[in-house]
Amino acid sequence: MLIRVTESELQPDEAIAAVQTPASGAVNLFLGVVRDNNLGRSVGYLEYDAYPAMAERVMREIAEEAKAQFGLEDCAVLHRTGRLEIGETSLLVAVASGHRAESFEAGHWLVNQIKKRVPVWKKEVWDNGEAWVEGPESLGLQQAPATMREG
Amino acid sequence: MEITVLLFASVAEKAGTRKLTMPSEPGDTVERVRDRLLGRFPELASSVPTLLYALNEEYAKEWEPVPPGSTLALIPPVSGG
Repeated sequence: MLIRVTESELQPDEAIAAVQTPASGAVNLFLGVVRDNNLGRSVGYLEYDAYPAMAERVMREIAEEAKAQFGLEDCAVLHRTGRLEIGETSLLVAVASGHRAESFEAGHWLVNQIKKRVPVWKKEVWDNGEAWVEGPESLGLQQAPATMREG
Repeated sequence: MEITVLLFASVAEKAGTRKLTMPSEPGDTVERVRDRLLGRFPELASSVPTLLYALNEEYAKEWEPVPPGSTLALIPPVSGG
């Protein structure tokens, strides 16, 4: 099970090789990439902060849960930190399974759980300012009074 | 013995630091350490309603005890991916 928080570029080939087994009939690869806009605003680049030791621990928990829940052959979760330019890959999730349905379902589930639970943060940097993003799906915002979740 | 406190992202920027130590006190809980921290960094008060906490790299509730030597992290709403 390949789990990693790193400042280095994420390599899809490495993740695919890490998860694929002879019993795998499907390998599903998800790349989260840096978009040049968010909420109608032009984004210059993103700066990622993380609590690396805990992030890897939580990523491993989520991956173990996915493996058991969906009966996967294996899966990999890698998150990049530091400054990322438009088009670069910030998140890589690879899932290998016997058949395609569970590889799609597990990939979707994994990404949703990562956005809720893994201690990683992105800062958007614009031409005229910057702001830390608070993920709408994050457990922290989910616990807050409804009035704080708007916007 | 001391408690190590880790700060990240918006919380680290508000406090102007990412890591500090505080003296451990008998009966310390996540909430009590957090409140002593707020005394030192009042600018963090606005973050509290959406904060989560991690004790030694695992999510922890506010009532959980913080033994001497622990590492307590303040976790603002995450936004990975």
